[in-house]
Order: sequence, then structure tokens, then C-alpha cells
Amino acid sequence: MISQFFVLSQRGDNIVFRDYRGEVAKGSAEIFFRKVKFWKEDGQEEAPPVFNVDGVNYFHVKVVGLLFVATTRVNVSPSLVLELLQRVARVIKDYLGVLSEDSLRKNFVLVYELLDEVIDFGYVQTTSTEVLKSYVFNEPIVVDAARLQPLGPAAIFMQGTKRMPGTAVTKSVVANEPGGRKREEIFVDIIEKISVTFSSSGYILTSEIDGTIQMKSYLSGNPEIRLALNEDLSIGRGGGSIYDYRSSSGSGAIILDDCNFHESVHLDSFDLDRTLSLVPPDGEFPVMNYRMTQEFKPPFHINCLIEEAGQHKAEVIIKVRAEFPSNINANTVVVQMPLPKYTARANFELEPGAVGQRTDFKEANKKLEWGLKKIVGGSEHTLRAKLTFSQESHANITKEAGPVSMTFTIPMYNVSRLQVKYLQIAKKSSSYNPYRWVRYVTQSNSYVARI
Amino acid sequence: MAPPAQSQRSPSPSQPSGKSELSDLKLQLRKFAGSRAPGVDDSKRELFKKVISYMTIGIDVSSLFGEMVMCSATSDIVLKKMCYLYVGNYAKVNPDLALLTINFLQRDCHDQDPMIRGLALRSLCSLRVANLVEYLVGPLGSGLKDSNSYVRMVAVIGVLKLYHISASTCIDADFPSMLKHLMLNDSDTQVVANCLSALQEIWSAEASRSEEAPREREALISKPVIYYLLNRIKEFSEWAQCLVLELITKYVPSDSSEIFDIMNLLEDRLQHANGAVVLATVKVFLQLTLSMTDVHQQVYERIKAPLLTLVSSGSPEQSYAVLSHLHLLVMRAPYVFSSDYKHFYCQYNEPSYVKRLKLEMLTAVANESNTYEIVTELCEYAANVDIPIARESIRAVGKIALQQYDVNAIVDRLLQFLEMDKDYVTADALVLVKDLLRKYPQWSHDCIAVVGNISSKNVQEPKAKAALIWMLGEYSQDMQDAPYILESLIENWDEEHSAEVRLHLLTAVMKCFFKRPPETQSALGAALAAGVADFHQDVHDRALFYHRILRYNVSVAERVVNPPKQAVSVFADTQSSEIKDRIFEEFNSLSVLYQKPSYMFIDKEHRGPPEFADELGNLSIGEAEDNVVPSQRVEENDKDLLLTTAEKEETRGSTGHSQQASFGIDDLLGLGMPAVPDAPPSPPQLKLNAKAALDPSTFQQKWRQLPVALSQELSLSPQAIAALTAPQALLRHMQSHSIHCIASGGQSPNFKFFFFAQKYKESSNYLVECIINTSSAKAQVKIKADDQSTSQAFSTLFESALSKFGIP
Repeated sequence: MISQFFVLSQRGDNIVFRDYRGEVAKGSAEIFFRKVKFWKEDGQEEAPPVFNVDGVNYFHVKVVGLLFVATTRVNVSPSLVLELLQRVARVIKDYLGVLSEDSLRKNFVLVYELLDEVIDFGYVQTTSTEVLKSYVFNEPIVVDAARLQPLGPAAIFMQGTKRMPGTAVTKSVVANEPGGRKREEIFVDIIEKISVTFSSSGYILTSEIDGTIQMKSYLSGNPEIRLALNEDLSIGRGGGSIYDYRSSSGSGAIILDDCNFHESVHLDSFDLDRTLSLVPPDGEFPVMNYRMTQEFKPPFHINCLIEEAGQHKAEVIIKVRAEFPSNINANTVVVQMPLPKYTARANFELEPGAVGQRTDFKEANKKLEWGLKKIVGGSEHTLRAKLTFSQESHANITKEAGPVSMTFTIPMYNVSRLQVKYLQIAKKSSSYNPYRWVRYVTQSNSYVARI
Repeated sequence: MAPPAQSQRSPSPSQPSGKSELSDLKLQLRKFAGSRAPGVDDSKRELFKKVISYMTIGIDVSSLFGEMVMCSATSDIVLKKMCYLYVGNYAKVNPDLALLTINFLQRDCHDQDPMIRGLALRSLCSLRVANLVEYLVGPLGSGLKDSNSYVRMVAVIGVLKLYHISASTCIDADFPSMLKHLMLNDSDTQVVANCLSALQEIWSAEASRSEEAPREREALISKPVIYYLLNRIKEFSEWAQCLVLELITKYVPSDSSEIFDIMNLLEDRLQHANGAVVLATVKVFLQLTLSMTDVHQQVYERIKAPLLTLVSSGSPEQSYAVLSHLHLLVMRAPYVFSSDYKHFYCQYNEPSYVKRLKLEMLTAVANESNTYEIVTELCEYAANVDIPIARESIRAVGKIALQQYDVNAIVDRLLQFLEMDKDYVTADALVLVKDLLRKYPQWSHDCIAVVGNISSKNVQEPKAKAALIWMLGEYSQDMQDAPYILESLIENWDEEHSAEVRLHLLTAVMKCFFKRPPETQSALGAALAAGVADFHQDVHDRALFYHRILRYNVSVAERVVNPPKQAVSVFADTQSSEIKDRIFEEFNSLSVLYQKPSYMFIDKEHRGPPEFADELGNLSIGEAEDNVVPSQRVEENDKDLLLTTAEKEETRGSTGHSQQASFGIDDLLGLGMPAVPDAPPSPPQLKLNAKAALDPSTFQQKWRQLPVALSQELSLSPQAIAALTAPQALLRHMQSHSIHCIASGGQSPNFKFFFFAQKYKESSNYLVECIINTSSAKAQVKIKADDQSTSQAFSTLFESALSKFGIP
């Protein structure tokens, strides 16, 4: 049971504010914002998602730079409230197509309408976009997605969240196409976020895949859908440490450590032939989340060398090799590495003929940044950085710098080899043939090489 | 960036320049009020939007109330909704104007469109104006009987809103029993769920006032209701499932097959993508199996994978909530998670609130088999750019060192930290090395060699400085320069701002003096002089004390200041196990995130039902009948909860003392007091009234007022444990010994009883709290008495009565 719900912009302005129970004083948004902003004097630490000020419990999640907040005075389940906030954001996104400060401000009346139906007197009534459709009457004012600039400071908030832009479709579930007709289509995205830590000798210390099969349906009439996955998929690794790589390699089977499903999913034949059947509700939702620690081939190999060159100088050499097929490209690759605190300057040297690469030395936090627009499978890229120190380095430089971290997106590639073998839509008539999109994407979650 | 002050907001295009805008709006609204011209609704929409946007950013637009109400006569549902929103917001501050809205809202409650009926009813109940309640009862009554489930859904919550405006109106109209009927019969699960929420809230608020409330609350967790809800659980929305699952945790199944049935039924809820459902299910599993040790362990194994999946699949905020619960479980059963330690490794892009939790978990799961890997990983973080996390990691290494038997490898790592030459690393490492030496003095040689190389000038943080000084004093015989380092620190006495450091300095120089007098004498003199002149009271006192004790006798001083020390085996745990258990009982709540039981952070009026009653589940009045009569609850006040541990010790001490004292006086005066027991071996002469009577409220009052006279732990015979399948068995037995039960509750293995007894032909009462744990075969007994002097005698009687339980 919650008392208030509100959405704040990055500057702390109320975009929407709904008081459900009148138990918490009106100034709560200010109190909350001040607390979050100045959680620790040095500004080094983020406020936790849940905290208590004078008997009021504040919950918040950050979505596209906006703060979605709930307050309550009672001892509720934190995961329920946090999940709810996340879900409210998703419902709003389903309606508006694009979730941003701009779209929220333009549609705040619609958002109020949604909020009234989602929560009554603090109790959740429904978060199903499907159900809400019959209660909500405002038409969304759609904000053009192409016009949206990635909000400057919002990027800080984006980093922490694991949501990805680009894959989800930016189209409202209620808005009609310019022609007045809705296009019948369904999107299935297999999104895998990978975490790998390499030791200083290049050996894999830990690796994990967190995958989601995300669905967004624009099909009318709620037809039943069957999704078939790899037949050799197995779930749960019996006995022993889950990090035991020996048993799994070579056998070819895909072994998930664990997975969970959306409530609309029927698993009747899942054990038999690995098919999921469901009647997809409107809007975007995860059909299945899965987790895998089975060994896989990391898409990038990172090599980093630091050589001292005199008392005030050193050279850093970073090599990145793409270990995936040459018909696949990785996008928006960024390599970062913290340098010793006493680094004064860094001169970069890219390989000859390098295109679409940029380098930067972030003076404020002494970080090296190397951006590559595109990396073609199988290629290798090198960066040399000559560092100048403001003081003599006495300690081991490798203890003062690193680790190298990398962010990237690889469309049409997934490391787990989990596949949607087919996507069957129960036919209404012979002419019914909606568009189906099955897309794969691999993203870095935490991709780190120690030095 | 400065936080926005309340008055000064960022300029936004919709900001009105002042009063003129409002009056302008007012005029325009008036213009449209009566108009039915085509297109007027669109213009109204724009105006309404403007009003609501002002409302959102905190501008008071209540002066438009009249105009808004006038404009509300419309068939446009979007307009209606905006109007309802506005009215709901301002009715409370304008109760007179709110009356204006009643008319059209009541009319809308009879609209043909169920949507409008629902909306109007919701708005009507949201006015929160006390003198309008009479208008609510009628529409609510028909709303509950409406053929449309949306209207019923709204009406149920409406009843709850009415209850909050005027509880008596709600109860008098008999709404709760209508909700109860709906809950058990409605076809729509959201209506059912809302009934459940409303009834829970109403009955727990009524608990202190009404006689029937406890019975009604009990009824909610009775078998038929629980089974009815369980059987339909998959029809409920995911949020309502959480509600039902939470209710199930309060249900006490009659036997283990019932427990297994419930768990099998709920098994697949663990695979739900919604973390809240999974955690609620986990709570059910954990609570149901508390008394079944083996199954409880299996539950841990079963819930591990789903929880870990939730951690990695959700947003960082959701991961945090789930990780906090995992943390609680890890602390309870570290061995279950010890092979999963790699899941708790930090990722560089995680927020620090997640990293902190993970560090704590790594500390908790460290054991002989994984310590090496964990410590290696933690050492990586120590060099991290994120300084708070780096420091936390170093402390984690230290904690692991203190909990391990084999610290060889760890000591080396810690010493490497000292050589890293980063101020904050050195600071934390010094504190750790000090603690380590207190536990493992055998490592002093290796540590001191490294510590000796640290220049005291590079150590600034008081805690670290104090640690360094402590080591200088403690190991001055092994550290060549110790007297001289101390001497130079004393020379800078005035620049040392921390009193803690100055106190340590005094003690260290004393210790050093006993070991190396000639080298230290002058430093000691300087330190004592500076200390006596110190403005800080503690420093001054300590210096003076040292000075005097030295003058009195140096060897006595040495025995006082530098006695041979025993290694510390276990460092004090900061949280009592009682508090930890309470947090565990409150699984899937904020208590777990804050690591505090709810009474520490929730105001009393929002705490819902009295904690104590909650804990006991079905505490029942102890009539010796088989059908359990629903109970009068005994509430323990907060103070009791807070003080229990400390109080126990205190009372133990003081009772012993007073007992002796009273015996002493008896002897002295040579009076024979019949009520006072003789020496323990002889049978007690206390006689109890077999037909004693005490009403629950008196009991409650006395329990609060009286101090604990005696508190002890008794062992129970195996026969007694076997006989104690249900509380009733013990009640009857104790009654045969003239000890009556006033309330009892709990389930295997934990039973809790409140007994009372009266002295024969006197109105002197004894009150007993008895907590029996059948798995440990122990009973914790607390006795309070009107007449303290006879409590020992009563205790003996109670003990003998209890010891005969289960023996035919």
C-alpha cells in the first residue's frame, strides 16, 4: 500500500504528483529530492532506492533520467513497490510510445488518468496495458522519436539501468498509424547482457549471461502464439558448483542455470518440446528471463600493456580483438580505463587509417576513453597512449590504473546460442499474415579486463 | 546544483505570471460553463488541462472550484475525469464547496455507463470531507451490489475510504460483513482482493477498539478462507497474488501434509517474472517449514536459483531489494550459499548500494574452501577508483580474517595493503591489523615489522592513528623506534584534535614506559603534563589517574595499565539474535532493507495490528476446552520489545541480590514469615487458589507495570515435548496445578503462554510468560509478582508443575 506517487525531472520538478491517501505531507517531493541529491556530502555515492526520513519511506527507480517515486508510512514489501514503479513506467511507455520528460509533460493528463486506474487508495488495481485500455480515454500526443536527443545529463542515469534503447519499438499501443489502420505486427527481441571478467593474464575469472526474451505485440484480437526454443535447451545445473566449466563444454547443449516466465506463459509442452505458448497482452513485457553461467566465447578479447618509459612517462597499449564472424558488427563501442591520479597528459596514437574512432582523456576523473563507432567481426584494433605524469611514480603503475572496461552492442548476435526456432501465430483467416520480427542483440553489462 | 527551493521553481512555459492568469482562467471557464455549443468540450479540455498543470506544480487553484464544478456538466468522459481529479484534490480544503459537487457525483453514480458509475463513486469517496459521509452510504451500498465488476471493485475500496473518514458510519452500515460476503462469493478476483485489503486494514485498525475485530481477523486466516484463496490463486493479478501469499504466511497448517500441499501448489510461483511474487512465495515457504529443519534446508536450496535470477534480470533497484533478502538468508545459512560466492562479486558499473551488500555477502559466505578466491577478489577492489568501495573491501578482508581459523594468506594481503602507499588504504589496514593482533597475537612479529615502517605522518585519520599508537604501545619492545615515535607525537600534542588519539597516546606511552623506562621517561613526563592540562575531561582524568597511580606504586600501575592480555576470541556481534529473528519474521518487508525490525522505524499508528499479537498468530484464551476460543490479545509495549535483552540481564542480577538481602534481613530479625520459602530443598509452602480469576485487561496492565521478578531457563523432559502437540494440552495440565492460562499461541516448535496464579485466600497475583521451544526442549520463563518476596517460592512450584507435564 502506497501513499503518494510522483515523477520528478532531473532538476526536481514535479511532472505528475498523485496523493492517494493523504497520510504524507505535501512537501515530500522536496524532502525526497534534497535527500537523493545530497545523499553523501562528497556526492560519491548514490542514494539507495529505498530510505526512510522521519517515518516516511521513500522508494524510487530511475528511468530515462526521470525519478519515479512512491511514499508510504507502512512496512510494505520493497520489491513490490519497486516493481510497481518500474511497471508504471512501462505502462506509460506503452501508451506514449516514447518515455521521456517531454512526452510525459505533454501527456500528463493521460498519465493522471492511468494512475487513477492503476492504483486506488494506495492499492494496486491493475498494471495490464490491456485492461487499462478500456478505462483510459485520453489520446496520447505522440512525441516524435527521431527528434529525441539523448538528454545530456540523463546519460548518467542511463548507465546504471539495464534497459536498452533502440530495440524496443517506439510506438504507442493505442495510437493509430497515419493511415488510420493499425499495422498487425509482433516483435520478439532476444536480448543478452553479458558480464565477463578477465584476469590480468587473460584468463576468464567469471562470466554470466542475463537474457530476456522481450515481446511487444500489436496484434488485434489476441491470437495465441507459440514460441519454439532450441530443443537441446536444459534448465538447472545439477549438483556441484555452477562454475564448473568442464562438464558443459563440447557437449553442445545449452544449459540455463535458471529462468522465469511472464504469467501469461503456458508451459504445458515446455518440458516436452521446449515451446512456450501464450496469448500476449498488449504492450511490452518479458516472456522469459534467463541466466546462464555456462562457458561461452567472449565476443571481445582485450589486451592491455603498461610500460614505464622514464620517471615521468609511461605508455599504455590497449588491443581489442573481435572474436565473432565477419558478417556481424559491433556498434557504439567504448573502452575506458582509469589512469594513475598523477597523470597530467595523455597523447593518443591510433592505428593508421582508423575511421570512426575517437579518443579522450577525462581530466576530471583521470580516465582514458576510446570510442569506436563500429567493429567488424574478426578485426583487431589498437590504441597507444603516451602518459605524462605530474610527479614521479614510485609504486607499481598497474596498481594505480585500470581495470579496462568495455561497453558495446552487437545486433543480430547472441552468445548463448539460444534461439527462437519458430514463432507461430494462431491463424484467424488464411489472409491473416502479420509481420513478425525476431531480433537478437548482445550487450555488455560488465565487461572488464584487469591489468 | 542547488536543490530547488519551494518557492522558486524552474521557469516552465505553463507558469502563470500571477493572479491575473487565474482570474483570466476563471472568466473563460464561466464563459463555457453553460454553453453547449459544438466544439466547446475541446476548449474546456484545454482549460482544464491548464488548471491541472498548475495544480501539479503546486500552485493553489482552489479559487476556481465553483467554476470547475459548473463546467462539470458534460458527457465528455475525459473532461469528467479531469474534473474529478481536481475536485478530489481540493474538496478537503473547501468542504463547503465540496457540497456543490455531491449533486452531480450522486447523479453520475446512477449513470447507465458502468465506467461513469465507477468513476463517480470513486470521486465521491475521495472527497475526504467528514460532514458529507451521509451521502456516501447509499451509493456505496448499491455500488457493492452493482452488476459490473468495475463498480464493485471501486465500491470496495470506497468502503475503506469511508472507514478512514468516519469509522463508525462504516461499521454501523454493516459494510464489513458485506465485504466479507463479497470476498467469498464474487466472481471477479480483483473485487475479492480489494475486499481482503479493506478487511485487513479495517480489522487491524479496529483491533484495539472492538471485541469482534480479533475474531474477524482470525477468520481471515481460517482454513476455509485460506483454501478458497489458494485454489484461485492463479486467477488473481500478480499484485493480488502477493496479498494472498502474505496472508498465507499467517496461516498455521494443522500438519505437515497440509504444509506440503500448500508448497506444491505454490511451487511454480517461484518461476514468476515478478520479483514481488517470488519473494512473497519464498516467505510462505520459509515460514511454513520453520519447525521442519530438514525441509527448511531444502527450501533454501530451492529458492536460491530463482532469487539469483531476479538479482540479475531486474533493474538495479529491484536487484537491491532482492539482494537485501538474499543477504538475510546468507547470514542465516552461509553454507548454503558458499559455493555461489562468485555471484556476489561486484561489477564495476553497479551502484554502490548494490556493491556494499555484495561485499557483506562475500564476508558472510567465506569459509575454508573459498576464502582464498574471495580475498583475492576483494584485493582487486581495494585498488578500485571508487574509494568508499575500496575501503569497504579492505574492511571486508579484515572481517574475513577475524572469522577464519587459518589466516596465513590473509595476513600477507593485509600487510600488502599497508605497502600500497595510499592514505585511505593504509588507514583502514592499520585498524584491521590492530584487531587482528588482538585476536591472533602470534602474528605480531610479521605485522610489527611492516607497521614499524609506516611513517606516522602519513596517517591522519583518528581511527587509524589510534590503532597505530595502540600497536606502538603494545609492541614497544619489538619496535626499535617506538619510544621516539611516541615522543614526537607527544611533542605535537596541541595539534592533535582527536581526543580518542590523545587518550590512546597516554596509554601507549605508559605501556612503553614499563617496557623501556629509560628511553620513555621524559616522553611520559611530557605526556602526563600535557594530558593534565588538556581541556578534554576524559583526557585530563586519565592523565591525572596515571600520574597518581604511578606516584603511588609503579608495579601496581603496570598491573593496571599493562596486564597480560588474553587474545580476543570472538568480537561482539552488534545485533542480538532476538532482533535478527524479528527481522526474519518480517521477511519481504522494509525491515530487511533497513536491517531493523519495524517497530524501530514505523510510527505506531501505521504499524497495523499489534506486533505482539501478530507474532503469536492465534493467541487464545486459555479455557480448557478443545475448541479454541478466539482471543483477547496481549500487547507488549515497545519499550518491552526494545529492552528485552538488556532487561533480562539486569533483572537476573538484581533478583539474586534482593533475594540475598531479604534473607539476610530475615535472619537478622529472626522472624518466621510463613510465606517466605525455606531453603530450596524443602517443599514450597506456597498455596495457590485453584479457582483464581483474572480478566485479560488486568493481566495486561499488571504485566506492563510489574518488573520481572525472576527469569530463568528450564529444561523439559522428552515426555513433555511429546505431549506438547498443541498448546491446550499444557493448559489443562497447568490448571490442575492451579496455574491458569490467560493466553497461548504459536506452533511447533515455538509455543508461547501467559499464565497466572493467585495465592490462596489472598489477592496476590503471579504472572508468567513461558516460551517453549520443543526442538531445544527448553522453556524460557519470566515471572512477575505482586508480592516479590514470594516469587522464588512460586517459581519452584511452577517448575515442579511443569516438570510433571507429560508424565502420566
